[in-house]
Amino acid sequence: MKDVVLSNIHKTYKGRDIPALNDVSFETGEGELFGLIGPDGAGKTSLFRILTTLILPDSGCAKVCGKDVVNDYKEIRKIVGYMPGKFSLYQDLSVEENLNFFATVFNTSLKKNYDLIKDIYIQIEPFKKRRAGQLSGGMKQKLALCCALIHKPKVLFLDEPTTGVDAVSRKEFWGMLKALKEQGISILVSTPYMDEADLCDRIALIQNGKIMSIDTPHSITLNYPDPLYAVQSDQMGKLLHDLRNFREIKSCNAFGDYHHISFVSERKETGNELKDYLLKKDHSNIKLNAVAPGIEDCFIQLMDSE
Amino acid sequence: MKEIVIKTEKLTKQFGNFIAANEISFEVYKGEIFGFLGANGAGKTTAMRMLCGLSRPTSGNATIAGFDVYRQTEEIKKNIGYMSQKFSLYEDLNILENIRFFGGIYGLSRQEIREKSEKLIDQLGLEMEVKKLVGELPLGWKQKLAFSVAILHEPSIVFLDEPTGGVDPVTRRQFWDLIYEASDRGITIFVTTHYMDEAEYCNRVSMMVDGKIEALDTPGNLKMKYAANSMDGVFYELARGAKRKAD
Repeated sequence: MKDVVLSNIHKTYKGRDIPALNDVSFETGEGELFGLIGPDGAGKTSLFRILTTLILPDSGCAKVCGKDVVNDYKEIRKIVGYMPGKFSLYQDLSVEENLNFFATVFNTSLKKNYDLIKDIYIQIEPFKKRRAGQLSGGMKQKLALCCALIHKPKVLFLDEPTTGVDAVSRKEFWGMLKALKEQGISILVSTPYMDEADLCDRIALIQNGKIMSIDTPHSITLNYPDPLYAVQSDQMGKLLHDLRNFREIKSCNAFGDYHHISFVSERKETGNELKDYLLKKDHSNIKLNAVAPGIEDCFIQLMDSE
Repeated sequence: MKEIVIKTEKLTKQFGNFIAANEISFEVYKGEIFGFLGANGAGKTTAMRMLCGLSRPTSGNATIAGFDVYRQTEEIKKNIGYMSQKFSLYEDLNILENIRFFGGIYGLSRQEIREKSEKLIDQLGLEMEVKKLVGELPLGWKQKLAFSVAILHEPSIVFLDEPTGGVDPVTRRQFWDLIYEASDRGITIFVTTHYMDEAEYCNRVSMMVDGKIEALDTPGNLKMKYAANSMDGVFYELARGAKRKAD
């Protein structure tokens, strides 16, 4: 069964010319960890709000576990867990009180579903008497995840759970998601960090309200249209500028300690011609290697071709 | 001899028993792009607030653009620029109004403001948008504009607190083009980021762990020292030893 089905969803907010969502369609499978990858303003949050029955689409159809987001909204609310991008628990209730509150709302108790949240909850349990507002960012995030899970939802919606979180805590959080997935919960998660895409079963790349590509991270990178190269020299700033002025260059982007480039045409001599050109421009220690494209390369390529 | 624009000596900030910044000492040079990294809760924000003259240190010394962090906080504020992902521009003013407002705050003359606005709008290609409210602009444009406004008064240092968070990958790179240009003009860039590829674009990077500066060097040397093939590896190696998990 498909857990989430979206067909031709459109949404334009009042007073705006540009649609927030423009003909969005995709499906996620049962028990799938599905990632929605895109920058701020791409439409990720609008999509979550439609799926969690908080706003209505202008047109199109959306279903969660076979139930329609408009007609069956009450049933959907019982079977989904939602962690919004903005911390939305009660700041003046303690950790324990928040959990008990959400459990009661869903007609259950902390005890009943303790197994599901145990691994996450034990990390914040020492602070269970502390008010949620007094927790650190990482602990707030863990509490919010526990509250979203307390009624054992079938589908979990996580809107940018790792935004503003440092690289170490982000790794930790993705570890938790993997463990939840193994317990049979479907997860739809959004992130602006392209490096997190590889941790999902499948991803959708979204920009300006439109889905640019949907597939497994591996297949998306395989579909990159050109051979890609990584270039380095001892003057990286100047190198970027000089590369862009080389006549055979198709794309050129900074990627950490290398610049990634592709060529207009694939001729054998191009690589050597580029090296000669760069030597003439006073670069030394020039390195030019073929490199496998990552999700960020694909995202940039798709943005450029839109 | 390189000109020093930020110099701290055992700079410390204590809140009760909690030492947020613990005897941090470092120097930043004119025109340098200096990456200020650390896990959440490591003490970056506290340190940055002291350097901007917004928070009085508990002990230690620091001079920013030649001004003392205890006695000359007003002079510091006039000589620095600041932007973050959260605070940048007024969303309910249009582009021109924002430029005029911040230009006025920094004491530029009308003539200067007019000239600078034209140049800035031309540089960013925003001619068609000048009358648009800033709140209606895409985040990427907003951040590029905010950066240009933060350096409108040609400060000696600009502090950037996660300036590219949530910005699309193309605009993120354009943002760094602006950073390079400013650095070429001699403006010192002091920047925090969660994107490890951006750490590679800095001339030097410091890593804060539990209130202390644990490492400070060029990205190349750091990678060698910690036997990592990327800055992500360096960050992981240093930050996972952190005991503090605050925010």
